[in-house]
Amino acid sequence: MRGRAYVFGDNIDTDQIYPGRYLHLVKPEEIKEHVLENADPTFSRRFQPGGIVVAGRNFGCGSSREHAAITLKEAGVAAVLAESFGRIFFRNAINLGLPLMIVKGIRDKVKEGDEIEVDLESGVVTLPDGCKIQGEPLSQYILNLIRHGGIKNLYKSGYRPKPE
Amino acid sequence: MGMTITEKILAVHAGKEKVRPGEIVQVRPDLLMTNDISGPIAVDVFKSMGAARVFDPEKVVIVLDHFTPNKDVKAAKSSTKMREFARSQGIVHFYDAGFGIEHVVLPELGLVRPGDLVIGGDSHTVTYGALGAFATGVGSTDLAGAMALGEIWLKVPETIRFEFTGKPSRWIGGKDLILLAIGRIGVSGALYCAMEFGGEAIANLGMDGRFTMCNMAIEAGAKAGIVEPDEKTLAWLNGIRDDISSQTIGLLHSDEDCAYKSVIRFDVSDLEPQVAVPHLPSNVRPVSELKDVEIHQVVIGSCTNGRISDLRAAAEILRGRKVNKWVRTLIVPGSQRVYRQALQEGLVDVFIDSGAIVAAPTCGPCFGGHTGVLDEGERCVSTTNRNFLGRMGHEKSEVYLSGPYVAAASAIAGRIAHPEEV
Repeated sequence: MRGRAYVFGDNIDTDQIYPGRYLHLVKPEEIKEHVLENADPTFSRRFQPGGIVVAGRNFGCGSSREHAAITLKEAGVAAVLAESFGRIFFRNAINLGLPLMIVKGIRDKVKEGDEIEVDLESGVVTLPDGCKIQGEPLSQYILNLIRHGGIKNLYKSGYRPKPE
Repeated sequence: MGMTITEKILAVHAGKEKVRPGEIVQVRPDLLMTNDISGPIAVDVFKSMGAARVFDPEKVVIVLDHFTPNKDVKAAKSSTKMREFARSQGIVHFYDAGFGIEHVVLPELGLVRPGDLVIGGDSHTVTYGALGAFATGVGSTDLAGAMALGEIWLKVPETIRFEFTGKPSRWIGGKDLILLAIGRIGVSGALYCAMEFGGEAIANLGMDGRFTMCNMAIEAGAKAGIVEPDEKTLAWLNGIRDDISSQTIGLLHSDEDCAYKSVIRFDVSDLEPQVAVPHLPSNVRPVSELKDVEIHQVVIGSCTNGRISDLRAAAEILRGRKVNKWVRTLIVPGSQRVYRQALQEGLVDVFIDSGAIVAAPTCGPCFGGHTGVLDEGERCVSTTNRNFLGRMGHEKSEVYLSGPYVAAASAIAGRIAHPEEV
């Protein structure tokens, strides 16, 4: 996939991605209105669907609220690339079919507005100048989940996950 | 090579002799838990998956505690949805608005035993590790899958051992110890790991303090917090359920030859009360460095510090004194049981006499949901667990995390204060 980068810093927690005051919303179309609102109140207005969120360490730390993964997915975020992730957010994103990848060093190499290309299979991120950064590719198990659009669709298709 | 207590619990639930960190195992949880935040989405996912019945209506606990008592009509609809689900599924352990905060309620009802494996639709599910259980938080979709299948996959975490030695001063509680640890390792310092707390200071710490510590393991990114059960655990449980023997808990220890990722040691003999300043729980300072910080609100409560020991600590400071005229002081007992005990011990009189407000058990203030939402520019000293940007209200408000002694002293002083100052 290819998309415009929207760049954030370290420790973008779940309250910054989706503020607690909106946790009583359940409908995806309402949840997406508040995407990254505490991190950047202008984000939902300026974000173009298909964009790629790039962040520093520990993106999605904090709460288990699935709203954080839902809001990014529904707003049209194509992928999230970060130095590391909070573990519950990481799991939630995969379960919903929101692609994400750990890419060490990405925060300092990508600038706001850069057009970047991401290959989830190989884990390679290509920058506008042609430079390539190697991320940690997702396992086939997880790629399969993402391809199906998350665990719900996979379950409906009759698949039952087995331990590796 | 031996196993840690965390590895032992995961092995038992995976039906294996041994497990190793990094291994992915399919486990059968003893208990699933959800609330009015993760629950409504989990119910939608559960239904749209085509699942009909939960795997076991005695093993799914529902507690309505976040936007309750209902904040508005949308919140009311979430509660209604969970009530209907509980009724139609025959959920045995359903606790409606005001009964209490999930992580206070489940242990006090005896629903969690040492050695249990608990999966909860809330990140602070890690609290139950204080009983020697493995407990971790997941999102709604994971929860829906587990409700349907009675199984979930987990990666076996590495364990970091935190060893606390020394006898701390009377003003030091579980909150100060866990803030000290998070301050040392950072908010992702235990990412994907289990934090195992031990040593002399933990042996001497009461169960309420251990709940506080395990509760905040997630603030260092951990998958679980855990304390090996001991005689204190047993004594606490024996007041609640009579089927736990010292033989059971005797098995729940990390082997001497287990492999820790690392061991981190703290001497807490001269520790000052700790405060986490905005906007991360790892921005930890000794209270003496923060004496010029004026405040507008104090909150004492939550799944972190809403238990009876916490209210006793607050009352010890507030007895016979008045809170500052310009500091709203909100005291939120963690459950109806805690509330009644506070009443019987005369603590509620102490709070009301001091000018504090006593509210119904709820998670409301902690996450900026309702009851004590902060305005722009306001500062709050709170015994809760997160001081993220905008956590308790306006994105230009500030949260300082502390234990109940510092929070109560600050309510009197009108600024962040050491309990010995008031």
